[in-house]
Amino acid sequence: MKQTQIHNEQPPRRYGMAIDVDKCTGCGSCMVACFSENNVPFKQDETDKLLSITWMRVYQLTNGKTFPHTEVAYLPRPCQHCAGQHEGHSPCVSVCPATATDYSADTGIVSQIYTRCFGCRYCMGACPYHARYFNWWDPVWPDGMEKYLSPNVSPRMRGVVEKCSFCFHRYQMARDKAYTEGGRKVQEAEYQTACAQACPAGAIVFGDLNDPSHAVNQIVKPDAHNHYKSGNPRAFRLLERLGTNTKVYYLSSREWVRRSGDNYRADEQPGMPGAAAQHG
Amino acid sequence: MDSALIPEGVKRCALWKFLLGLAVVGGVLVWGIIAMLLCWIKGLNQTNMNDYYGFALWIWADLAVIALGGGAFFSGLLKYVFGKDDLKNIINYAVLIGFICYSSALLILAIDVGQPLRSWFIFWHANVHSMLTEVAFCLSCYFAVLTIEYIPLILENRQIDKVPFFHNLGHNMHSTMAIFAATGAFLSFFHQGSLGGVAGVLFGRPFAYRESILNTIWPYTFFLFTWSAAAYGPSFTLFITWLTEKITRKKLVKNNTIYLLAKISGWMILTYIIAKSADTLYWVYQTAPAKGFNWDFFFQNNALYGKWILFVEIIVCGFVPGLLLVFKSSRENSFLRVAATFLGIIGVSLNRWVMVLQTMAAPVMPFDTWQLYIPSWQEVATTILPVAYGVILIMISYRYLPIFPQERELNPVEGADPDHAHAAAPHIGHEATVA
Amino acid sequence: MFPFCFEWVWDMGHYVFHGGLWYALTVIGLGMTYCVIKAVVDTVQGKGGGHHH
Repeated sequence: MKQTQIHNEQPPRRYGMAIDVDKCTGCGSCMVACFSENNVPFKQDETDKLLSITWMRVYQLTNGKTFPHTEVAYLPRPCQHCAGQHEGHSPCVSVCPATATDYSADTGIVSQIYTRCFGCRYCMGACPYHARYFNWWDPVWPDGMEKYLSPNVSPRMRGVVEKCSFCFHRYQMARDKAYTEGGRKVQEAEYQTACAQACPAGAIVFGDLNDPSHAVNQIVKPDAHNHYKSGNPRAFRLLERLGTNTKVYYLSSREWVRRSGDNYRADEQPGMPGAAAQHG
Repeated sequence: MDSALIPEGVKRCALWKFLLGLAVVGGVLVWGIIAMLLCWIKGLNQTNMNDYYGFALWIWADLAVIALGGGAFFSGLLKYVFGKDDLKNIINYAVLIGFICYSSALLILAIDVGQPLRSWFIFWHANVHSMLTEVAFCLSCYFAVLTIEYIPLILENRQIDKVPFFHNLGHNMHSTMAIFAATGAFLSFFHQGSLGGVAGVLFGRPFAYRESILNTIWPYTFFLFTWSAAAYGPSFTLFITWLTEKITRKKLVKNNTIYLLAKISGWMILTYIIAKSADTLYWVYQTAPAKGFNWDFFFQNNALYGKWILFVEIIVCGFVPGLLLVFKSSRENSFLRVAATFLGIIGVSLNRWVMVLQTMAAPVMPFDTWQLYIPSWQEVATTILPVAYGVILIMISYRYLPIFPQERELNPVEGADPDHAHAAAPHIGHEATVA
Repeated sequence: MFPFCFEWVWDMGHYVFHGGLWYALTVIGLGMTYCVIKAVVDTVQGKGGGHHH
């Protein structure tokens, strides 16, 4: 994404998401929208989920209790677009040997350059969220379906890794439009991901975490001086203790759901995890 | 029939026996090549890898053969830089084994990547912060060094040596070998280390992650991997030498050389395993808890990933072989020495297995699940392929090249022309400088 | 690998990494060049002909 960055006077954007787990019904619309928007390939037989490419994947969580105390929640998981402990030190970006995945200092988006990736899969090993997928096969579209592919997203070939890009092509289009209109800022509504728009419950809110006028900033209240930890007591991030410093925040009023977002030792009291663990 | 190619003064089996042996191993080789072609032509869907096991059998095999091939760089370092001259009698074989291990690793990597034709991107678009980039560069450069170390041995072949240019080239390469060996040791230090770094830097994977030493970019595994390769690599060289002696039914290397290398390997293993134990304890009490894990979380779910692994790796295949090789009485006992080197091979292979496969198996998100992985026949065949290739290369090299400088002295050929045998004597002195 | 690749940055990481790499490549390359050239010279001078004892 380095080639496409436009350096101007505006402060860097930091695109991110707030997903209200309490609103999510687990309907899977976000997954379908994502498939369709991003030309995600699929096979005739998708029974083996370890081979399915799902940029956005909805996980089912339970509180582990028996009836009648059983509770269920659904947690949509796109790429978390980690910033790491120092900006750009994502688990995956730092390990890619061929600079095929990159961190945009301009948007905070972790990119994947399909034509650069040579398929070593180190990034997949590095990602604790399993947000990265390998193309074990060449994509095969059912007859006629290739006409419905999005012209804005390049389909991927066999042997490369792919993942959620926060619909980066939509950002490119919005940015280009804003540029031609006097270099104004990209408006909140101009750049929205497919999953956020498709969610019937309105559980996904997307925008610039650095822009106080964006809903996502108001919900998350990120603390830029403390690895963007949320100031919202309902909010949590996945595996915050690893120090991944993600840009996808989850919201829930239920303690057990928030606790599901991270790992706790047997001797630890419930609650928000401590400071992110140090790492190089 | 091929006697003109066989080194003077040594005995080799009949050509038909040799060819029959080649054919048998060649069959395995062909099986592996078919699997390799399937992976290249049809893609990695031929494997049982999946999105949880992006790294699997191949990466383990890669790490293991490179650790085992560490005997080449470490004995080269000991001989040329630290002046352990006795090792000249085994160093040819160490180089050959190293050459096989490293070429195998490169071959496996070429099969493992999804787009092999783009492999050069790792060099061209190098991300210098990636451990894998460091691996790729150092591995390729060190393979070049190993080739340079192996070439003079090929040039020693009786017929090739008759060509003046090749004779001179071999001679010149011998005389500059110390420079190449030192460069090789430098490169090996970094690629063995960066292979350890591959796992250690994964801060998203608490099982593999290790803090970096003195806040540099190198995690503890970086040093542990280099150390273990230098420790267990010579054990592998010794074990293969023993195996070769059994198969050829000949003593090929004198005991003083064997004991020396075994002693060095033993001390390296013992010190390594103490460092490894310290690292494990630090991980148990510090690293894993800081990320919210009790250490035993990673040793559950199924028998394959149980706590027995730690016991086997550290005690049975660490302290035991280390101590056996350190003490003179057990080191000079043939059975115990060979058993120790064998345990060492298992130990270092198990360590690489754990650092790759268990890292992938353990879930990190609390709502995620453990995954098991069973390789497909294509993966197994392509992993055995380098073994077959290695056996073939050893067979050919042993038959036609003077790998073991002491072979003639230890196995005088009956009825040989005494003048001939006498003429061969200065040869030994000359080949002693072969690297 | 080269400064004209767009991802190249003039920073400490690149100095250290490529410094080590090009040092090793230079030593290997010059060493082999020396060996080959000297072998050609030796051969022209008639050394090592037929039998080397």
